[in-house]
Amino acid sequence: MPSLGADMEAGTLVKWLVHSGDTVRKGDIVAVVATEKADVDVEVFAGGKIETLHVAEGQKVPVGALLATIRGEGEPAVAAPTAPVPAPPSGPRAIASPAARRRAAELGVDLSRVSGTGPDGSITLSDIEAAASGGRPSPAPAPDRSAAMRRAIAAAMTRSHREIPHYYLGTEIDLGAALRWLAAENAKRPVTERILPAALMLKAVALAAREIPEMNGFWQDGSFRPSASVHPGVAISLRDGGLVAPAIHDADRQSLEELMKQLRDLVGRARAGTLRSSEVSDPTITVTNLGDLGVETVYGVIFPPQVALVGFGRVAERPRVRDTAILPVSTVFATLAADHRASDGHRGGLFLASIDRLLQKPETL
Amino acid sequence: MTEPELRELALRVLRKIAPEADPARIDPREDLREQLDLDSMDFLNFVIGLHEALGVDIPEADYARLSSLDGIAQYLGEKVPGAAR
Repeated sequence: MPSLGADMEAGTLVKWLVHSGDTVRKGDIVAVVATEKADVDVEVFAGGKIETLHVAEGQKVPVGALLATIRGEGEPAVAAPTAPVPAPPSGPRAIASPAARRRAAELGVDLSRVSGTGPDGSITLSDIEAAASGGRPSPAPAPDRSAAMRRAIAAAMTRSHREIPHYYLGTEIDLGAALRWLAAENAKRPVTERILPAALMLKAVALAAREIPEMNGFWQDGSFRPSASVHPGVAISLRDGGLVAPAIHDADRQSLEELMKQLRDLVGRARAGTLRSSEVSDPTITVTNLGDLGVETVYGVIFPPQVALVGFGRVAERPRVRDTAILPVSTVFATLAADHRASDGHRGGLFLASIDRLLQKPETL
Repeated sequence: MTEPELRELALRVLRKIAPEADPARIDPREDLREQLDLDSMDFLNFVIGLHEALGVDIPEADYARLSSLDGIAQYLGEKVPGAAR
């Protein structure tokens, strides 16, 4: 069971999308897992042949529990997907008849997770079948979803405020050049290929995070671990309340067109509840954009174990002094909330300055 | 298409973007994005939805005319060939 969020402790396997014996490739979606926040498509992290499915549909298991065994070609069986696997519970060996064991193997039911109703707690054939049909999981307890999401956000944000010594920096960025360039670009493009300012800002943040690596990574076990890749998590508010911040992978290496395409796709899927496990678990820094609501300045709360969050407010024309005149200038307030354990204000300032500098040359983004 | 039909079509596109919105509660003269809490991505998807349904090209420079439902119906009436006014 992969960890799909800082405070996720367990997940419910809603549905297997593969069977024992199927061949899978790295990145294939093999299962749907329900967390408190969302149903997530779980990708497999190793290719090969699915040997055993260890968890029945509907079963709730802790993070790290073995979901399936995959055998690579000519290799011994490997455990998948991902995540450190804790030692299996060393309880007494399950008592089960050979027929029940056979059926369990066929159905991919883990005997250690079936409670037997036979004599001396032995596991019967019908226990196996009941476990396999999984008490038909609540395909995500819909009425509880928003309360569960609130709890998940509460846990992550409480941890953030308790553990992370935030510092905050803000700067006003002149977006005149960026918006003029974007308007000219978009005038040439069909509506389906237009780029929003949000994509420009996202790219600038991703490139700046590469320049100032102290902003991009995780605080874990008492030290900062920079991430070699830049996977900004994009805060997306859900229409029925709540928030997710899935990653756009390697945003620093993608064209604006590609980023925009992914952003549209990600927002759509976040709201439809079909995010992938790597998107949920991989963000290395968060970007939030609240300008559409008229917010001037964002004072963010870092999503642990990340160490930085960049917020953008409203893009607006404001009276500013240029040379000797007061002119209407399109600007945005960008803020950084950063973890003081991982970086100091000086580096944070350089990071914001870098975002500013990059946005002055939109054609290079 | 008549103006009421264009208005109905715009609402259909909006329903996909903001399924929780109640069309009966939309004031056709007021700002749509504010009423439905549409962000710039939602609005882009709305414009794309109109484009896909009607084949009209809506340049960014015209977005200001799409701020209310009345404005949208009027704008589309001008853009869609053969629309009854």
